[in-house]
Amino acid sequence: MAQSNKPIVWGPFAAGGTITAFLTPVLILLTLLAALGHVPDLFAYAKMHAFASHWLAKLAIAAVVFLSLWSTAHRLRITCYDLGVRADTLVATIVYAGALAGTAASVLYLIQI
Amino acid sequence: MSERQVELEVLRYNPETDQEPRFQRYSVTCREEWVVLDALNHVKENVDPTLSYRWSCHMAVCGSCGMMIDGEPKLACKTFLRDYPGVIRVEPLAHFPIERDLVTVIDDFMAKLARVKPYLIPKEPAPADGSEYRQTPAELKKFKQFTLCINCMLCYAACPEYGLIPQFIGPAAISLAHRYNQDSRDGGRAERQEEIAATEGVWECSFTGACSEVCPEHVDPAAALQQVKIKSTVDWYKKHLMPWAKE
Amino acid sequence: MPYVRTIPRVRWFFRHPRYVRYMTREVTCLFIGAYTLLMVWGLRELSQGPDAWRAFLECLASPASIVFHVLALMFALYHSVTWFNLTPKALPVQRGEDFIPDGVISGAHYAVWALLSLAILVLAGAF
Repeated sequence: MAQSNKPIVWGPFAAGGTITAFLTPVLILLTLLAALGHVPDLFAYAKMHAFASHWLAKLAIAAVVFLSLWSTAHRLRITCYDLGVRADTLVATIVYAGALAGTAASVLYLIQI
Repeated sequence: MSERQVELEVLRYNPETDQEPRFQRYSVTCREEWVVLDALNHVKENVDPTLSYRWSCHMAVCGSCGMMIDGEPKLACKTFLRDYPGVIRVEPLAHFPIERDLVTVIDDFMAKLARVKPYLIPKEPAPADGSEYRQTPAELKKFKQFTLCINCMLCYAACPEYGLIPQFIGPAAISLAHRYNQDSRDGGRAERQEEIAATEGVWECSFTGACSEVCPEHVDPAAALQQVKIKSTVDWYKKHLMPWAKE
Repeated sequence: MPYVRTIPRVRWFFRHPRYVRYMTREVTCLFIGAYTLLMVWGLRELSQGPDAWRAFLECLASPASIVFHVLALMFALYHSVTWFNLTPKALPVQRGEDFIPDGVISGAHYAVWALLSLAILVLAGAF
């Protein structure tokens, strides 16, 4: 029985799970507060654009997007199997490709900011 | 000691005569302090000698009497009737084929257990003067929890991934491999990794955690499996990103 | 012939509350993933200038969006709690003979989480 290459997808999943555990709730809360109009100008264009213009912020945002989408993809893959969808290779390809596509898109938009 | 009338709904299966299993109801006068195993023994001795099941120690150390009691994997000798007010449903351990009545075919587990080499593969030869290997209390504590496994297979019955993916090596086998990997006297980790770091090894585990919830000896196999995942992942990245590094 | 029992392919997880809790934990990924995609969409609008960004903020303020965010927040919190509670199992720390209690490791994670969240809220100007 050969050792699996699963670690290659599991490593980013574990990192993503940790990042989303620490960050996602507060990010959702911020967005919710902006949506409710709690603090006017919470998501003001000038402020957001200035923040996202910094190269360090771009790197951080891209990393967070990648790890969040990857851990989502991996969990979704497992869940599909748990719910009776047995075509694991197909599901894996779709979900990981989706995560990478989302990451690529975010990188593209970050470059344009 | 007072008595109580207990209704047992037991899954019966005779491979020679039955196409499918069926439930049989027994009404048993039990003593209040009895466990399910006592009730089964009473049935076998006084009511129906054809009822088949495994048991041995009656004190939760041999791991023989695992069965589904009201749908939950339990040791029959550790399941008290007083905790079950209604009809008690007794079935063979889930995720294993039924041999006869409550007896399951456990060959799959036995084979997997052997594959992980659950014995000491010494790192160094034994001292020439015939003395023992030395081990500090800290070194012992590192793996002690995982030595408590009694091979009762309740974890396999609880694990949904084992139910869905029969090739999965499973919680107990991997925990026992981990027990030896963590033992300071042992040098066989590389050999065991071939089995437990394979796809059918730890990577089928999705950290449901059911195994640890049902374990009667508090081994916490779920913890062992996650620790194996992390170590295997670190190893993999080291091997592939730093191939020059010595193992 | 030994008899092999079948498992209901999809409904197996209704058999016991612990499997329902497991499934709930797993589907948190749908909300976290959806929110992240929302973030990516936001990045796109941000890159297209102030008008696009304003339109995006207006979408965020819609009732559907607010309902989504409340649900997403609940599921994200469930993910965080289950993740921090399970971390000590995966990363035991032995100090001397004994292991650091699970509660201490989880507690440290909760503390960092609280401080980090507070810091982000303050830095973003939510107060």
